[in-house]
Amino acid sequence: MSGSKMYDVVRVSEKKLIGEIIELKGEIASIQVYEETGGIGPGEPVFPTYEPLSVELGPGLMGSIYDGVQRPLDDIMKQAGNSIARGISIPGLDREHKWKFKPIKKEGNKVGGGDIIGEVQETVLVTHKVMIPPNVSGKIMHMKEGEFTVTDVVCVVETEEGEREITLMQKWPVRKPRPCIDKLPPDIPMYTGQRVIDAFFPVAKGGSACVPGPFGSGKTVIQHQISKWADADIILFVGCGERGNEMTDVLLEFPELKDPKSGEPLMKRTLLVANTSNMPVAAREASVYTGITIAEYFRDMGYSVTLQADSTSRWAEAMREISGRLEEMPGEEGYPAYLGTRIAEFYERAGRVKCLGEPDREGFITVIGSVSPPGGDLADPVVQSTLRVVKVFWDLQDRLANARHFPAIDWLSSYSLYTDSLKKWVEENIGKEFQSNVKDAMAILEREAELQEIVRLVGVESLSSEEILLLEVARSIREDFLHQNAFHEIDTYTSTKKQEKMLSAILHLYSGGLSLLKSGKTVDEIVKLPIWERISRMKYIGEKKIEDIDKINKEIDKLMG
Amino acid sequence: MVKEYRTVGTISGPLMLIEGVKEIKYAELCEIELKNGETRKGQVLEVDADRALVQVFEGTRGIDIPGTKVKFKGKGIELSLSPEILGRMFNGMGEPIDNAPEILPEKRADINGEPLNPYARNYPNEFIQTGISAIDGLNTLVRGQKLPIFSGSGLPHNSLAAQIARQAKVLGKEEKFAVVFAAMGITYEEAEFFMNDFRNTGAISRTSMFINLANDPVIERIATPRVALTAAEYLAFELEMHTLVILTDMTNYCEALREISAARKEIPGRRGYPGYMYTDLASVYERAGRLKDKKGSITLIPILTMPEDDKTHPIPDLTGYITEGQILLGRGLYRKKVSPPIDVLPSLSRLKDKGIGQGKTREDHADLFNQLIACYSRGKEAEELSIVLGEAALSDMDKLYLKFSDKFEKRYISQGDYEDRAIETTLDLGWKLLSMFPKGELKRIRDEFLEKYYGKV
Ligand SMILES: Nc1ncnc2c1ncn2[C@@H]1O[C@H](COP(=O)(O)OP(=O)(O)OP(=O)(O)O)[C@@H](O)[C@H]1O
Ligand SMILES: [Mg+2]
Repeated sequence: MSGSKMYDVVRVSEKKLIGEIIELKGEIASIQVYEETGGIGPGEPVFPTYEPLSVELGPGLMGSIYDGVQRPLDDIMKQAGNSIARGISIPGLDREHKWKFKPIKKEGNKVGGGDIIGEVQETVLVTHKVMIPPNVSGKIMHMKEGEFTVTDVVCVVETEEGEREITLMQKWPVRKPRPCIDKLPPDIPMYTGQRVIDAFFPVAKGGSACVPGPFGSGKTVIQHQISKWADADIILFVGCGERGNEMTDVLLEFPELKDPKSGEPLMKRTLLVANTSNMPVAAREASVYTGITIAEYFRDMGYSVTLQADSTSRWAEAMREISGRLEEMPGEEGYPAYLGTRIAEFYERAGRVKCLGEPDREGFITVIGSVSPPGGDLADPVVQSTLRVVKVFWDLQDRLANARHFPAIDWLSSYSLYTDSLKKWVEENIGKEFQSNVKDAMAILEREAELQEIVRLVGVESLSSEEILLLEVARSIREDFLHQNAFHEIDTYTSTKKQEKMLSAILHLYSGGLSLLKSGKTVDEIVKLPIWERISRMKYIGEKKIEDIDKINKEIDKLMG
Repeated sequence: MVKEYRTVGTISGPLMLIEGVKEIKYAELCEIELKNGETRKGQVLEVDADRALVQVFEGTRGIDIPGTKVKFKGKGIELSLSPEILGRMFNGMGEPIDNAPEILPEKRADINGEPLNPYARNYPNEFIQTGISAIDGLNTLVRGQKLPIFSGSGLPHNSLAAQIARQAKVLGKEEKFAVVFAAMGITYEEAEFFMNDFRNTGAISRTSMFINLANDPVIERIATPRVALTAAEYLAFELEMHTLVILTDMTNYCEALREISAARKEIPGRRGYPGYMYTDLASVYERAGRLKDKKGSITLIPILTMPEDDKTHPIPDLTGYITEGQILLGRGLYRKKVSPPIDVLPSLSRLKDKGIGQGKTREDHADLFNQLIACYSRGKEAEELSIVLGEAALSDMDKLYLKFSDKFEKRYISQGDYEDRAIETTLDLGWKLLSMFPKGELKRIRDEFLEKYYGKV
């Protein structure tokens, strides 16, 4: 295999299965094959391509569904029917479709890597910025306008090494991060419409979060909810080694769902990478890289991208299987010793950046990774390696899921380290009170946990009236605010404005209740007031009618006299 | 292209190394002929230049190095398929064992199948009425779902599976349906229980059975679920039948997997099970489903016994990570004589949300089950508290919840093996139980449904 380099793509046997070189020892190369290898034996030919595993980047990405090595699953179906046959080779981007290209730069302009030279309206929601590839600079010799396929030349740049033709499409090796000028600290929240996340444990645009939890605790539902409702420009969902039906669900549902901002079908800004559990393990390993590279490409255009990887454990297991085959020395739980490094490198590709090229712009990649630890045990090396690099931890608990408290995010053990850096933005855009209200609510929940401990030991009689009231308020925070049903047409999404109102109404009721206690009412009388029921139905008030929550506040005022 | 060798190198556990081989392919099937004329089957697990590692399905006992012949078949394990497979019984490798003639194949298919393209799938959303309230009402099964039963030794998982097979129907539709039953390492008695049940209900003529009993070759179990699912795929996607597949017991399957892994001296994962067990189980379970362009479907009910009733044991754990929920049987309920003893809190059907509601079951179904579960869960909390502190320590509301959860177990969950409840009966029963609470307590239910159903049924 001389002439080939590490991570070059090769084709194996006459069936032309796709593979990648993952070890070189003298003349011997180890190849990881991205397809099932049944029926392949010694002596088969191997065809080198001398290129690393790369993705095609250009118009046509949005709305696609790819396997782990960027083969469009819809085209595979057209060619091969219901199952994924082997050796199929289909390019990631459609070669026939003509895109309307509007140039921004002119002949004679000097351009460098990352400069935006024109635009294509890819979908109603996404204007695709056509950029000079990162490593090219020079002077524009020709510039075209009109309709082109992704391989047509739209621009020619005179560089020091000669003429360089620019097409709507560029290629980039998946294992190499795309360059940017600078990394900046994330300080704008990415809102998801999920109350427990946005209010209590927010993630920043350009930040990263980790959702570990045992099976059935709600990781996928959270990831789907974020894909549906996050206020990002581009959504990437990587189904890594999980269920086929979950991908089908997204495929069938997203075209029907409307983006809350624009009212257009969500699929117009969404891209799926689906390498389900029954598809080859090696392509599963590649799928997260395929995803993040596409994310970087849209980031480079100046967009805010969010990537949901469900589940990174399956990716780690794919690494483990491959490493096992290479007979590498295993680390913890049989995972390769470089597991932590790979995970850190992956999350490092998230971030808020100053993009390469002109005009000046910032781009964001937010990464949210599910982790599926064996038995839900957080000591798992994948969880631990991930927690070392991400700043948000949503701790899903079996106990909560069993009681159908969804999202089953434990309010006491989860955390977001972004709260402080988001403070300024939140105060300016949502309100001065929001973060302090959240703090108060949190304090109530913490106190509730202590009181419950006492109740378990000696019963409710030992509590004071104030404490019993606090327990009721805590229950209300849990059931009427934190609990959110993803499958209820209204409850599924809550704007931050409504979140702010809901939380302050609950706290208002608490202070109202306390002053009623002072004025001599018994706690029994207070908890039986019908106002509690109105509070519990706030979540079903539509976004257009959130002023109704103010009425509840007025009623509380009236109660207090 | 048959290649024959007499070059057995080493034998270890269920594995044999054959040397000096040429053009052997990965996953190829072979036949091993012993000196005494007996033949066994094997499959290539690994080829390395001129050596092939073969796993012997019937085990290697009695095989010696000289005098053994190995014939490679040039292809993987295949199953003969035709509509005649219904009403028939096969061994774990798919060979007839009912003294009836061989199947005249219309088609032969590799038992490993090919991974379904997620783009070709259709989302399972057709409600299956099993007639069991704890399932229909709270953990609804839909066509094309894979929903395992997590059981423990001695719990009545078999009667539950048989009841589902007996009662399952899609309302308002007369369609062709079939049952595929695969036994892995269970006792003759257990297999006989299913056969009798199928015979009594007349289902036997629509059933294909693949039987690997406790005393049959262990390694053969690796092939059994794949053989069964190959039959199911044929019935579902070529004959367009709605096919219910029961696989029992997956715990025995996983143990066979562990045995081979140990023989290959692989680095063991948790509790000695191989690191690739997730992927391996997925290659079985993910074969369930529906396709956009086919009428039939494969609904999969694997049964597994959790060692020591431990849900975090690798077998239930990895299964739960792949399947679309689980029905969990609880020993506590079984002791209380609740039948079927379905522990509804840790049970879950993930596909229920799209299989219920107006036009499928009833408009109030989703709100109703959310409320029932919420009340039951609070009742169980109260029960725990009352065990420690006595009932007197509970608030009046908690006492009410406690009373509810007790009634709920006795009347809603418990119903007996032969009661077939229509979905309306199940839903109305839920409303009846909820009427114990004041209206204001039922926060998970929309006003319009409270208006319409509360206190009215
Ligand atoms: N926010 C929610 N609202 C309502 N139901 C929910 C919510 N979150 C989770 N669920 C319920 O929990 C079930 C399991 O959730 P999900 O599939 O996301 O689990 P998971 O953690 O991804 O499990 P696995 O690791 O096995 O993939 C869902 O099918 C749904 O019934
Ligand atoms: Mg999931």
